[in-house]
Amino acid sequence: MNRLLPIILAVVTLVLIVLAWIQSGGVERREMQSANAPDQAVRLMFSQIKSHNYDAAYARLANRGDVDRNAFIREFEGSYGSLLTYSSLESFDVSPLHTGDQESSVRVRLHYSTAVGPLDDIRDLKVEKNGDSWKVFWPVNNATKLPPQVIAVNYLRWDVIGRGAGDDWGVQNADTPQVRILSMNAIQRPDSVVLVGEVVNEDSVPAFVNVGATLLDASDNEIAQESSFDKIAHKLLPKQVSPYRIDFPGMRKEKIKNVRMEAKALLVAASADPVIEVTQQKLETDPLGKKVLTGQLTDESGQVVDIPHVIAAYYDANGKVIWVSDGYLAQPLLPQVAVPFAVDLPPDVAKEVHSYHVVVNHFERVSS
Amino acid sequence: MRTVLTAIMLAAVLGASASEIHSPAQVAAGNAITIQTSGSGDATFYLIGPAVASKTKVQAGSNIPVDSDQLEHAGRYVAVLCASDGCTATNFSVNPAAANRLSFLVHPSRIPVGSAQGISAVAIVRDSYQNLVPKPEAVTFSVMAKNEKQVSAARTSENAVAWVRLTSAKKEGPTKLGASIGHADEIRVVQQVAADACNLRIKASRAKRGFLIETDPVHDCSGNPVPDGTVVSFSGSDNGGKTTVDVPIKRGVAKVEMPIDGPAKITVASGVVTGNELEVAGGQ
Repeated sequence: MNRLLPIILAVVTLVLIVLAWIQSGGVERREMQSANAPDQAVRLMFSQIKSHNYDAAYARLANRGDVDRNAFIREFEGSYGSLLTYSSLESFDVSPLHTGDQESSVRVRLHYSTAVGPLDDIRDLKVEKNGDSWKVFWPVNNATKLPPQVIAVNYLRWDVIGRGAGDDWGVQNADTPQVRILSMNAIQRPDSVVLVGEVVNEDSVPAFVNVGATLLDASDNEIAQESSFDKIAHKLLPKQVSPYRIDFPGMRKEKIKNVRMEAKALLVAASADPVIEVTQQKLETDPLGKKVLTGQLTDESGQVVDIPHVIAAYYDANGKVIWVSDGYLAQPLLPQVAVPFAVDLPPDVAKEVHSYHVVVNHFERVSS
Repeated sequence: MRTVLTAIMLAAVLGASASEIHSPAQVAAGNAITIQTSGSGDATFYLIGPAVASKTKVQAGSNIPVDSDQLEHAGRYVAVLCASDGCTATNFSVNPAAANRLSFLVHPSRIPVGSAQGISAVAIVRDSYQNLVPKPEAVTFSVMAKNEKQVSAARTSENAVAWVRLTSAKKEGPTKLGASIGHADEIRVVQQVAADACNLRIKASRAKRGFLIETDPVHDCSGNPVPDGTVVSFSGSDNGGKTTVDVPIKRGVAKVEMPIDGPAKITVASGVVTGNELEVAGGQ
C-alpha cells in the first residue's frame, strides 16, 4: 500500500502532462514541424507567433536578411500604444491560394482579441521551398518614416475652468455646448433595428457628444433604450459633423411607433490637432468578396495617433444617411505616413450608396 | 364622565399658563430681541426656528435676550418657556431685512450674434443673510458692451425675482451684464460669437504635393470673423478616389494641401453651411 500511492500519483501526473501538451497544440506543432507543405509552414509560424515564440517564428522566414526582427515582432505586438498593444492573437485560419513546386501563396486570416472587440487581419503570403522545407516570405515594410525633425504645431487648444466648489450660488458657469441631431433614419436589418444619422456641434467650443435613443410603442411605453457607444466621434470641434449609429438587436420596426432622440453634450478641453487627411476613398470588393470602403489615413501633424478609428456615413441619391460603419486600425498613425484602412458595409446597402463621408476619431495613450 | 374630563383639561391648562412669555410679533432678520417672561424660579427657554433650535437655562420672570445671529433666517419662530409649573409658548415672525444681495443668473454664457431675445438675465433679490426678499424692489440691469456706452434699465422684482431678456449684438465679442441693488452689484460676461459661416469660398493653387486649397477669410453674415478652431470640411473627388479632411480655421482661414490625380471637383462645408465648388486638374 505504501508503494502503491506514489505510483498512482506519478501515473496521474504523467497523464495530466500529456493532456496539457495535447491541449496546447503540442501534437499539431509536432506534426507541423515534420510537415513539408506550404500551408503547414505558415500554420507553424503563426502557431509560434500565437505562443509568443517570436524567435522560432522569425527563423521560419525565407527573407530574414530583409526583415528586421524587432519590426517583425512589432507587427504582432504593436507599437506606440496602438490597438495591437492591447490585444492578443486569438486564432488564425490558413487557406492555400496557389500551390507550386517551388513557390506557393497562402492566405492567412488573423483573429485578434482587442480592447475594443474582435479585429480581423488578412495577409496573403508567399511561401518558398528551401531544401526539404517550406519557408515564409514575409513582405518587407517599405513605408517611409519621417526623418527626425521639429514640426511646429500651433492649432488652437481649449481649456475649461468650471465653477469652483467655493463659489456662491448663482455664479455663472460655462454653458454646455449646443449640439443638434441633423438627421435620423431607422433601418430594419435582418436581426436588428438600426438608427443612423448625423450630429453637429453648433457651438464655438469643443463638445463631448453622445447620442441616445428610446423606442416607444403605440401606447407610448418605452420598449428599448440604447446609445451610440463607440459608433460616433465623441469629441467634436466647433461645427464638426459626426455620423452616429445606434443598434437595437432583436428589435422589429413594426413594434416601434415613435423614437425619442437625445444628444447629450459636455464641455471638454480639446485640441484642434491632429488633422487627419482621408485620401483615396473607394467602394470596393475585398478578397473575401465583402463590400468595403477603402482609403488611406495621413496624420498631417507631428503627433503620433495611437489608435485611429474610422467612422463612415453612406448616403443615398437623396442625401439621406442609409448606413454608418466603423473600424479600428491596428497600426498607429505616424506623422505624415499614409496608412490604409477598410470598413465593410452590407452588400444590399452598398447597392444604394451614392456618396459617403469619413470621419476619423482617435485615441491616445495618456502617460501618467 | 365628560364633565370630569373637561375639568381635568382645564386644570392642566390653567396650571400650564402660570408662567407667561411675550415676544415682539414681527422682527427684521439679523436684529437682536428681548423676550419678556413672568413667573419665578428656574426655567428652561427653547427657541425653535427655520435653522435654529436652542435650549437655555433661565430664571422665569426675567427678560431673555436673543442674539441677532440666532435670528438671521426669515420665517416663523417659536419661543417656549418651561418652568416648574408647566410650559408656555409664543410665536413670532422674522422678516427678511432690506434687500442687499443678488443672485444673478445669466444664460447662455455664449451666444451667436443677432440672436433675438436670446439672453436671459434673472436677478434673485436677497437680504444680507441670504433670505429672499419677496416685497417689490427695484433692480437695475445694465449692459456694458466693449467700446460702447453703458445702457441701464430698472425692473421691479416680483416674489424676489426680476428679469430681462436681451438680443445679442451684431458684433462679436464679450459683453458685460450687470444687476445692482443696495450694496450688491453683480457682473456676468456673455461671449457673443460669430454665427454660421456665410458665403464660404475656396480657391486653389498648385503646391508641392498637389493643390493648396484655401478658404477666403471666413466670416458670418454680419462680417464677424468665424472663430479659430471652427472646422471646415474639404472634399475632393479625382481619379484616385475621394479625399476628405476636416481642418480647423487658423488665423481666419482654413487650408489644406490635397493630392489631386486627374480632373477633380473640390467642395467645402462648415457645419451645415456649404461653399463653392472648384474644378481643378492635377498631374497623372
